[in-house]
Amino acid sequence: MTEVARPRHSIRFHGRSYHAMVLAPEPPVANWLAELDTWLERSPGFFFGRPVVLDLAILQPGKQGVAELLQNLAERNIKVMGIEGAEPSWLDFAMPPLLLSGRQTSAVPDDYPLAAAEAPAPTPVSESAADVAAALSDAPSPAADPAPVVTPAPRQPNSLLLDTPVRSGQCIVHPEGDVIVVGSVASGAEVIAGGSIHVYGTLRGRAIAGSRDARARIFCRKLEAELLSIDGLYMVADDMPAHLRGQPIQVWLDGDSMMMTQD
Amino acid sequence: MAKVLVVTSGKGGVGKTTSTAALGAALATSGKKVVLVDFDVGLRNLDLVMGAERRVVYDLINVVQGDAKLAQALIRDKRVPALHLLPASQTRDKDALTDEGVARVIAELREKFDWVICDSPAGIERGATLAMRHADVAIIVTNPEVSSVRDSDRIIGLLDSKTEKAEKGERVEKHLLLTRFDAARAGRGEMLNVEDVLEILSIPLLGIIPESFEVLRASNLGSPVTLNNPASAPARAYFDAAKRLNGEALDMTIPSDRKGLFGMLFGRRAA
Repeated sequence: MTEVARPRHSIRFHGRSYHAMVLAPEPPVANWLAELDTWLERSPGFFFGRPVVLDLAILQPGKQGVAELLQNLAERNIKVMGIEGAEPSWLDFAMPPLLLSGRQTSAVPDDYPLAAAEAPAPTPVSESAADVAAALSDAPSPAADPAPVVTPAPRQPNSLLLDTPVRSGQCIVHPEGDVIVVGSVASGAEVIAGGSIHVYGTLRGRAIAGSRDARARIFCRKLEAELLSIDGLYMVADDMPAHLRGQPIQVWLDGDSMMMTQD
Repeated sequence: MAKVLVVTSGKGGVGKTTSTAALGAALATSGKKVVLVDFDVGLRNLDLVMGAERRVVYDLINVVQGDAKLAQALIRDKRVPALHLLPASQTRDKDALTDEGVARVIAELREKFDWVICDSPAGIERGATLAMRHADVAIIVTNPEVSSVRDSDRIIGLLDSKTEKAEKGERVEKHLLLTRFDAARAGRGEMLNVEDVLEILSIPLLGIIPESFEVLRASNLGSPVTLNNPASAPARAYFDAAKRLNGEALDMTIPSDRKGLFGMLFGRRAA
């Protein structure tokens, strides 16, 4: 029994790829900065206006180190647009955002046009409807980002397991993977996951899955949700089929439709 | 070993102050030394419900700010000598409470009493978080109604994150007190039933207090319902809850004011 529930209004968040130059500092930092300085002496305007991503996977500088490194780069007029290979705990709000879905490309050409945006490339996670249908027969939803990631560090299993109920007013954000809640998610609570969301109690709050994966799904043992969302498409309680309320359900995305079925 | 108990709910008007007074009196009559601390600075009510409003000289703010000694501010109950009240101030607001001052007062009360019961203000702001800050045990007062249940859930989240115990990685012991419960209306589906509330909040149940005119009557007389009419249904429910707080295992029942045949006939005629 599969229901197609089309929300009346929907906001879509589009993905787009851009080229950026990646700086990967190596320890010791002082030597690396000295090398950078000699490079800058030879071509002073090299970084001007270029989007630069800082890859910290090799350096592993820690929270204090990131702040110092960003300060050092700012003194050399290098603007960092994003950080890669860092622990989320190293970064505070004022720092550039953590990027996770980077893919290796050829070195940035010297005549790289500054203002011209790249043609909107398909996001690495978007899937054709056929693929989704094929994936339905597979048992669990794939959690990991299918795009190859440049960070040399091996990807660790990154699902977040919560064995306490998620209370009203709490917001669980886990952009790196699946969220598994053993208890219930209360009305007024919010769970946001990069991958799928599994709730082994009653889902009464909001579940926002697949911020990095259109193949993500939402599973719960009892549906009382206020809002369900996968990859930017959402559905409020009023849009959900009435006979599925209180039932164990599974939600996934088929193109532009959210599909819901009783498990 | 003294225990600090916070009576909290998130939502206003569910019966925090009534329950604080009734449970405090019930614990005190069982021989424990009890102090009730009114944290609802600016909107004090506990002194009225306890019938002590004419005896307030110094209050919590005076003690927190060091203008008065604790012994000067404590009001001993006239009916139960083991029961004391530390009233709130009506003229000041919650910003007058300092973290260090409250910590000092609570530490001092811990040495003198068996139970320190903090009556939390409604809401989730400073007054409520300060009241729960030093708690070992929390009673979450909830009405069988959706908005009250959701607010209680929010408060449980705060108890798990904003209290001293939570910051040390320990857990505040939490109990649910379901007040204003009407079994007939819950049966007809006009109210949430006990199972629904327990399923949503998933914390242990301390007691079910039936809806009763006795509660309002006692409040208006300035007397906790457990002292005003100990035989009434809500008073018996509060006595049971107090026993469970002291570690006794009792069967969960919903006391009712049973009418005799004459009462039923009379009731029907009056209706």
